[in-house]
Amino acid sequence: MSAAPAYYLPAGLPRPVAEPDGLDAPYWEGTRRHELRVQRCRSCQGWQWGPEWICHRCLGFDLDWVSVEPRGRIYSWERAWHPVHPALRGRGPYIVALVELPHAGNIRMIGNLLGDPMQTVTIGAPVEAVFEPHDDAPAPFTLVHWRTQA
Amino acid sequence: MRNEIPQSERSDMTRTIRGRVAIAGIGETTYYKHGQAPEPEVKLALRAILSACADAGIEPRAIDGFASYSNDRNEPSRLAAALGLPELRFSNMQWGGGGGGGSAAVGNAAAAIAAGYADCVVVFRALAQGQFQRFGSAPPAATASGEAALTFPYGLISPAQRFAMKVMRFLHDHGIGGGAQRAIALASYHHAQNNPRAVMHGRPLTPEGYDESRWIVEPFRLFDCCMENDGAAALVLVSAERARDLRQRPAYLLGVAQGSEYRNAARGHNAPTYASASFTTVAPRLWAMAGLAPKDVSVVQSYENFTGGVLMSLIEHDFFTAEEANDVLTLENLTAPHGRLPLNTSGGNLAECYMHGLELQIEAVRQLRGQSSNPVPGARAAMVISGPMVTPVSSMIVGTEEML
Repeated sequence: MSAAPAYYLPAGLPRPVAEPDGLDAPYWEGTRRHELRVQRCRSCQGWQWGPEWICHRCLGFDLDWVSVEPRGRIYSWERAWHPVHPALRGRGPYIVALVELPHAGNIRMIGNLLGDPMQTVTIGAPVEAVFEPHDDAPAPFTLVHWRTQA
Repeated sequence: MRNEIPQSERSDMTRTIRGRVAIAGIGETTYYKHGQAPEPEVKLALRAILSACADAGIEPRAIDGFASYSNDRNEPSRLAAALGLPELRFSNMQWGGGGGGGSAAVGNAAAAIAAGYADCVVVFRALAQGQFQRFGSAPPAATASGEAALTFPYGLISPAQRFAMKVMRFLHDHGIGGGAQRAIALASYHHAQNNPRAVMHGRPLTPEGYDESRWIVEPFRLFDCCMENDGAAALVLVSAERARDLRQRPAYLLGVAQGSEYRNAARGHNAPTYASASFTTVAPRLWAMAGLAPKDVSVVQSYENFTGGVLMSLIEHDFFTAEEANDVLTLENLTAPHGRLPLNTSGGNLAECYMHGLELQIEAVRQLRGQSSNPVPGARAAMVISGPMVTPVSSMIVGTEEML
């Protein structure tokens, strides 16, 4: 009898690294502390995700990184069957969810939807984040998954 | 769905390519299954270019410009040297991946001719995927950064996976069932059975065959996804005046538009208009330049990366509303010669060849000449829609002399 897999998807998929210019480093550093950090403009208070060097609303460069409550609702989803990467061969279907954060300007986050891969997924359903640390990776990182709220 | 164009922009008819440039020649290699081309990619490109020149009845050394898209690996300077061109006057690459640049490359070539930068511009695309990386499998990298860091670690890697959630949301928002995507796939396969050039010629698809095919990523089954192929295709563009003296009936450009809507490329699937084929701003500009409406278009070639992208493309070009999709998208309606909206009449990316969509421009020209293997009687205007869901996308309308 084998232990339950430690990770939702098998090891061997490309590992996330911060961009060489440092743009998204605060996000990835935050996930290591189980914090969901996104950009917010200090000038116009607009939310921004994914990250950019400038605020798309007011064109200011004074962007802050703020922690947001790691919950949202399902905006869209997909169930992937065909293994497009060698690490996924034999894994079977898995679910990717696009999650909208209404309390942060309706920015959207991508992650896997944990639980039964054949579950019925409902657009609009509330979800909460689940942090998945990969401490054994050459450069440790943490992924952010989602699960439906009871 | 339609965004209105300000009257001030509509009335400026000096800034248009309408009727000024024509596609005078079309050429292509044999189309192969991916990895099976017997020749290197650049040689395929050269063959397609010479074939298009022969079709037009022009001497290859009359070429003085090239336009392509999706980072085609075959640079104009190399082609010009290989072909011994006396002078290279225009070299253009449309930014952006996928097939979104197919019609834009034609528009860029036409603009160069209209502006006097060049006189005879070839639009081309060549692919030999045995020689190079496939599109539908993950690049061999241990790490991912930028946009890829937000998606690859979650198994969101391939183009099908990248676009499935757009389509899933659109189908959900408008109550569109699986039959709509199926009809688009069946139409391409149906048309390919009459097209001896088609890779899927002799391989018909039944509704049952579609329904029983495996999921690639929901909501896409195997037959909702394009093939990957090897080959090359080319178009020769010249001024309308010059085209009238050449061998073939000219296919005049009536309009071309390219681009995408507000913040389409916002990272991590944050485009405000998410459930879109990216044409909500492009399509109205195309109609405005052409001075036409959907009823004027006889036949549509709409790039199938995935059938759901075709569905949204047709809606964004106002052929029908999202609420009508379940009723309009039937095999009968989409089939030449007498369907309401004959679609992808060569077999397209699904069943003729994934020539990154440039086979669609060739088929549009064939329709106007009466040379299609699935002719639409009396076709006078044909639309090509390039590369849904990427950014930038593009679309174009060609017409016969009567449409000028």
